[in-house]
Amino acid sequence: MREIKAQTIENTVYDLILEASYCIGADVEQAVRGARETEPAPAGRAVLGQLLENYAIAREERIAICQDTGMCVIFLDVGQEVHIIGDLGEALRRATARAYTAGYLRKSMVRDPLYDRANTGDNTPPIVHTRIVPGEKIDILVTPKGIGSENMSRVKMLVPADGEAGVVDFVVDCVRRAGPNPCPPVIVGVGVGGDFETAALMAKRMTARGLDEGNPDPRYAALEQKILARVNDLGIGPAGIGGRCTALAVHIMAAPTHIGGLPVAVNLCCHAARHARAAL
Amino acid sequence: MIHLQLPLQKDAIAGLRAGDEVLLTGTLYTARDAAHKRMIACLMEGKPLPFDLAGQLIYYVGPAPASPGHAVGPAGPTTSYRMDAYTPALLEQGLLGMMGKGTRGPEVIAAMRRHGAVYFGAVGGAAALISRRIVKSEVVAYGDLGTEAVHRFTVKDFPALVLIDSLGGNLYEIGPRMYRRDPADGGEE
Repeated sequence: MREIKAQTIENTVYDLILEASYCIGADVEQAVRGARETEPAPAGRAVLGQLLENYAIAREERIAICQDTGMCVIFLDVGQEVHIIGDLGEALRRATARAYTAGYLRKSMVRDPLYDRANTGDNTPPIVHTRIVPGEKIDILVTPKGIGSENMSRVKMLVPADGEAGVVDFVVDCVRRAGPNPCPPVIVGVGVGGDFETAALMAKRMTARGLDEGNPDPRYAALEQKILARVNDLGIGPAGIGGRCTALAVHIMAAPTHIGGLPVAVNLCCHAARHARAAL
Repeated sequence: MIHLQLPLQKDAIAGLRAGDEVLLTGTLYTARDAAHKRMIACLMEGKPLPFDLAGQLIYYVGPAPASPGHAVGPAGPTTSYRMDAYTPALLEQGLLGMMGKGTRGPEVIAAMRRHGAVYFGAVGGAAALISRRIVKSEVVAYGDLGTEAVHRFTVKDFPALVLIDSLGGNLYEIGPRMYRRDPADGGEE
């Protein structure tokens, strides 16, 4: 049994929120730089240039990359040998409130979706997904997520007969319908299988997979490339004003599912694809 | 590059075409979801709006807080279609321009054509960069809404693109058409 103080987790999450909000990942920046080299549309190239300039300003001045500093999504993989001293939920809530306040990040959470859309004032509560895993450490992923791309995300319960073609068509259709709204070039996170909510959660996880990490399953790696080509054939382009780079990547995670099911979820993530990780 | 003075003049925007690059200088108002809802409620009750919309440009944005030494925090555009339900009524009040990102519905485009209005785009996600062109920010209405309050921004050479012009020309249709490849026939459209 290893003991980790909730206070330590709070301080780590605080730092990760600021890092994610100010400093774009090297993988994302590299992908945008690569897209600028290959994008044939002059206006699209200019947009990609502005994004690179924007990343640099945000990093140097330590200000938010995008004004929509998002809902604060936190993934925790907690080793089962870990004993957390203190209130974990409260630690995450406090880390969020402190980081969004001290870090000049926008507060975008409302208390109730329908009946009390009053801002909570400190961007709490965070959205937390916890898994219990073997081992004695805690892996933390903080991925602030803006609503522009979140609103363009979809889940569909396909049936087994739809097969691979059904998955491809649904994902491509999702990006087509989203058009310029999710701030392309996007990262397309896809969850296939599991049940309704597992598919959505896998899709969200996949928006944060490193752009330099391949899919370990060659079948899904090939499917990712197939969908990416189709998506970029849509012509939507950077900022949606026309071009060949509509998506930087397609990332797919699959899970066992029911004999009668083929759930598919698509979670789009804008080019301000913010994530930061730490292991305690 | 076209230099445009704010507030807008109808004859100045009549000549703008989808795809034109402009630099905006002058004052504009910010409003997004909650402020729009309140403005429309105000009109429904027959009350005057908290600011005169005639000739104005509304920028769909909820800025991040300003850190020390900045007039405003990062302030890129939000997705415009969420304001579609409210926009025709504001165009009736003399609003001449909107700025945001993303598509607009057919009813908004029809109302824009009727009123000779224009829809500009700023680059979504380029918020830190954009905020350098905003030299002053004041809250003019609905201060309790925080980031969603109506701000008056003074902008200087603020870069924008004409996304939809007053004749209905739409860059989101024109641009992608040039780069689309239809897998059904394997070739360029």
